[in-house]
Amino acid sequence: MNTLFNRLIGGHKGAVGLAMLAAIIFIALPLGLDVFRLGLAGKYITYAFIAVSLVLLWGNGGILSLGQGIFFGLGGYCMAMFLKLEASDPISTKIQTTPGIPDFMDWNQITSLPWFWEPFKSLPLTILAILIVPTLFAYIIGFAMFKRRVGGVYFAIITQAIALILSILIVGQQGYTGGVNGITDLKTILGWDIREDSAKYILYYVNGLMLFGCIFISRFILSSKFGMLLLAMRDKEERVRFSGYDVSNFKIFIFCVAAMFSSIGGAMFALQVGFMSPSFIGIVPSIEMVIFAAVGGRMSQIGAVYGTLLVNYGKTIFSETYPELWLFLMGGLFISVVMFFPNGLAGLYEKHASKLGFIKRYIDIAKARRSAATNDVKSTKHIQEKGAKA
Amino acid sequence: MSNTDFVLAIEDLTVSFDGFKAVDNLTLYVDKNELRVVIGPNGAGKTTLLDLICGKTKSTSGSIKFKNKELTSLAEHEIVRAGVGRKFQTPSIYENLTVYQNLEISYPIGRSVWGSLFFKRTDEVVDRVNNVAEQILLQDMLSMEAALLSHGQKQWLEIGMLLMQEPELLMLDEPVAGMSAKERDQTADLLNRICMNRSVIVIEHDMEFVKKIAHKVTVLHQGKILAEGSMDKVQENEKVIEVYLGH
Repeated sequence: MNTLFNRLIGGHKGAVGLAMLAAIIFIALPLGLDVFRLGLAGKYITYAFIAVSLVLLWGNGGILSLGQGIFFGLGGYCMAMFLKLEASDPISTKIQTTPGIPDFMDWNQITSLPWFWEPFKSLPLTILAILIVPTLFAYIIGFAMFKRRVGGVYFAIITQAIALILSILIVGQQGYTGGVNGITDLKTILGWDIREDSAKYILYYVNGLMLFGCIFISRFILSSKFGMLLLAMRDKEERVRFSGYDVSNFKIFIFCVAAMFSSIGGAMFALQVGFMSPSFIGIVPSIEMVIFAAVGGRMSQIGAVYGTLLVNYGKTIFSETYPELWLFLMGGLFISVVMFFPNGLAGLYEKHASKLGFIKRYIDIAKARRSAATNDVKSTKHIQEKGAKA
Repeated sequence: MSNTDFVLAIEDLTVSFDGFKAVDNLTLYVDKNELRVVIGPNGAGKTTLLDLICGKTKSTSGSIKFKNKELTSLAEHEIVRAGVGRKFQTPSIYENLTVYQNLEISYPIGRSVWGSLFFKRTDEVVDRVNNVAEQILLQDMLSMEAALLSHGQKQWLEIGMLLMQEPELLMLDEPVAGMSAKERDQTADLLNRICMNRSVIVIEHDMEFVKKIAHKVTVLHQGKILAEGSMDKVQENEKVIEVYLGH
């Protein structure tokens, strides 16, 4: 049990990183930001789910998916469909030709609720759908591609194509999906108003806790033999196969886990932001998500979270003042990350942590000296020597 | 094909790449506990033969039976699980993992997705890794990153990874390429020790090394068997001298 705890925390070093992240997400941001800005931070944190999933999939597994928006979107739509149905009760939609169905359906001359909307009348079924639908979809894509040994660039391009297809499909089927506007005017969940300030705070914390849950799950996976195999497959897939492993099963599994994480992020997005639209599914958001992970560090879950928060913060700041420059800056950022610090912020931290360690030791020595001076002058020399050795 | 007592029975095996027959109607039997060396000039089909046995290349026709089990229709990992291990020509190890991890990954428990998620490092696993590490002379380097090993040590590590699998048939493609004379001797010792309870097929060009290890030698030429027998007998064979040894 103790070892399991250690694995999830990631030892002493991992515990410090987790504690810092928890302090920022659960204490610093809620205290330092107003409700509007905290809502933005919450939105960024939902993107961090994808960044964490990409650390598993891309950083450790070497499988670059340029289509994580697919799963973010599916999760988001599942949640939004439930919320929309709740917002479309017959009383508040009585001016429609067909009361009781979502407004956009009414505008598109649809007179009864389509069958695939039916399950989203129930919250348990919706939660189940959020967890299962994207995972199943990932399983089908993964099975079709990995069993045929499609990988690398080809896999990236195909996932991107699927993201594009899905966003076009959603835009095209306006009557069933809300089209390009997406699903809007989400109001309550089981009667609880999600637009109120108190709800925003609660959802923000739920969101943060879920993110930590995903980080723990991915730590469990990476610290097992499975994690070791992922690294091995990234470098020498052939060798893993000739050690008696069915490589495709491992890839399918990790792709499904990544899809589920992204989907949870999408569902939390719909809850917090109050709408869902196809603009979070297509090519651009899917690539942006890869950049978040790359900037933060594709080998580090915590780094990926910071990367997501920082890039999005930068995006908000810059696009408020120089909207036309932002895309260039983003492109430049990605290129410089790839060229100059391929392991992202986490890599930079690792590299310079030894220097920080030096400062820490210096402080330790100074403290030891001070306490020693008050207690015993003789022992000072001994501690100095010890400090110098360390 | 009929069942045999051989560990490996290859019969009428042919593989054709766009009409070029890399292995042409080849029949070969390997006995239990035998160490067979396959020699031949470049392009003779030696590596292709190993590729065919381990499933990396699919045969055009013919049969490969391992303990009377047909291998030609199995996937690579199924062939490994049946008990066939393969070492590649260039050392194929996980450079970013430690020597210990390289060996542990090859341990044949926890090979499924769930099995690997809940795999536990028991004393049995640790003992086995230590035991194999000792055999391949890497017992002091278990915590070292595999990328830092010398070329010869990488070759040994890959052999060690195969030993972890306890294969009944071990196939080694040029195991002493790039090794120093001392390392070659140590490898010959190692091979002579590990073939005690399993069959081994080795591809090698170094005749001195072949003499040290071979029970029986097969000479391949243009996808066909040119000669087969003891090293001395093969060396006197005129056809072999003409196409291979004479150079």
